[in-house]
Amino acid sequence: MPRVRPGSVVPIVAILAVLVVLLAIRQPDFLSPPSLMSFLGRSAPIILLAAGQYFVVVSGEFDLSVGSLVTAQVVVAARLIDSEPSRTWPVVVLLLAFGAIVGLVNGIVTTRLGVPSFITTLGMFLILVGAVYLWSDGAPKGGLSEAFRRFGRRAFEDVPGLGRVPYALLVLLAAAGLAVLLTRSDFGRTLVAVGGNPRTAELSGVRVWRAKTIAFVLSGLAAALAAILLGGYSGVSFQAGAGLEFGAITAVVLGGVALGGGRGSVSGAMLGALTLETLFALMNFYGVSGALKSTVQGAIILLAVAVSSMRSSSR
Amino acid sequence: MSGVLTLPARRASSGVFLALALTLAIGWLVVTVDGGQLFSLPTTVSLLHVAAGLGLVAVGQTLVIIGGSLDLSVAYVVSLSTLVAAETMNGDDGALVPAIGLALAVSVAIGLVNGLLVTKARINAFIATVGVGLLLKGYLDNGYDGPAGKTAPALVQGLGYQRVGPVPVSFLLLLAVAAAAWFALARTRFGHHLIAVGGDPEVARLSGVRNHRVLVTAHMLCSLCAGVAGIYLASRLGSGAPRVGTEGLYDLESIAAVVLGGTALAGGRGGVAGTVGGVLLLASIDAIFNQLEVDAFFKQVIRGLIIIAAVAIYARRARRKAAA
Repeated sequence: MPRVRPGSVVPIVAILAVLVVLLAIRQPDFLSPPSLMSFLGRSAPIILLAAGQYFVVVSGEFDLSVGSLVTAQVVVAARLIDSEPSRTWPVVVLLLAFGAIVGLVNGIVTTRLGVPSFITTLGMFLILVGAVYLWSDGAPKGGLSEAFRRFGRRAFEDVPGLGRVPYALLVLLAAAGLAVLLTRSDFGRTLVAVGGNPRTAELSGVRVWRAKTIAFVLSGLAAALAAILLGGYSGVSFQAGAGLEFGAITAVVLGGVALGGGRGSVSGAMLGALTLETLFALMNFYGVSGALKSTVQGAIILLAVAVSSMRSSSR
Repeated sequence: MSGVLTLPARRASSGVFLALALTLAIGWLVVTVDGGQLFSLPTTVSLLHVAAGLGLVAVGQTLVIIGGSLDLSVAYVVSLSTLVAAETMNGDDGALVPAIGLALAVSVAIGLVNGLLVTKARINAFIATVGVGLLLKGYLDNGYDGPAGKTAPALVQGLGYQRVGPVPVSFLLLLAVAAAAWFALARTRFGHHLIAVGGDPEVARLSGVRNHRVLVTAHMLCSLCAGVAGIYLASRLGSGAPRVGTEGLYDLESIAAVVLGGTALAGGRGGVAGTVGGVLLLASIDAIFNQLEVDAFFKQVIRGLIIIAAVAIYARRARRKAAA
């Protein structure tokens, strides 16, 4: 086996290529530009969440609150907009602020109070789900405006060569570009150092708590973006974000990011999410029950982590 | 050596019992002012039933957490166990013993897989048990839309609803399981080894403890306890329920109970008595909120806050101790 640099994106690109070939054999239409474009648009939310989760995981923490945050955001948006188009932009800004604040609280409780992040974010999960049900009396109220929904479901039509380009894809590309730039900045490098060895980072003058807190804020912001796209695409329900946290973590692990921190790239994480979505599409085309999604996801997590822990132990 | 190791746990568990007494006192006062009765027979019985289900899971969770691991698959093991038990019994008292045996065997096997993934495949316990949980979730989602099977009437009457005075048989079962776990931790070689592995795996290994074997055993016992909880729930519900474990939040709540009881999440410190206190505390809060007719969703918010606050308090105490 050729030596692959740890955290490299080569393995995930290879897996993705194999899956795409399998898909193309079964469903040649899949690779036609319009269907490919809408597939990428549909995958945008989970890819965004994976990018957000990358920052948290590479710093050595977990964010398990993102699924419930997406649900909360969608329900809040529907109730506040209440089908009134003029409220769209203020609500979008509010959602981003909401995501950032939840991330800030997660970060501060984890770093300053010393609560392990999986307890903090699971607690946040309970709080968000409970609060959103409480606030809406058990059933989602209001409705999203068409102006809000266009981010998730509309597209630029008649683009030469591509057919239609979903707005979601453009949002994704912009966010992905920012995320990659961020990982190349001083902050991105600091974050990897923090995850790799917090003690060393601390001693070399890094404010570990601040770096980790910013990572949680980024994850919250990514969840807000994902919620805006998902709400637009699939509408309002209490199930909007269910299970997305494990989807994002699976994607991150699949993309070669080491749990416990210090290794991996944001592009790997996003490719991991794309691979996961491709795999689900493949299962769908082969008539595998959707209920088995979580089994497949569980198997992938176990396999990916086992392989990477074997490899790092044999070094 | 074991005395030194269990001392801090004893101190922490007295904390949770103090909190429990305070909660009950304040709860009694508030409920009485509100015109209700906290210690009426039905309320007490239902409190103890809630405690029995959660407690069985939490006692098992205590063992893995003391060993420095944890188990997030318990909620699915609980659901699976209700189904295996109820489907095998199929309403027939004659099938009681094989059904219980099968449900427990399946549970232990899942614990074995968890343990091997954590020790041999060296997968972070959190990820390993979430992964196994997802595998089970897929199986349950794919195979079941709703309740299935029928619990044997003898089990429903015996474990499900039989009482000794105000105390349900199921709560006595919890006390028995907790006593067994206490004995295993405090009086057996396995227990001492488990505490040592959780405290410092490297030191334990160098002093001749077979870390892997000890941890795998702890995982099997944890799953076994979840399996017992499943059988109890099947006896209450009269059938197998594919979502009962996740809807009861047994994974989170069991960890919360363990942490409230003063067991360190990092392992090596804690005990079963504290966990039982933590379980009773959570069940009491639940009962008080029910009496006050507090909104179910508000209860969940409070629960999230309690879990975070409890861990923060213990983390703070541990840090101060480390600094001293």
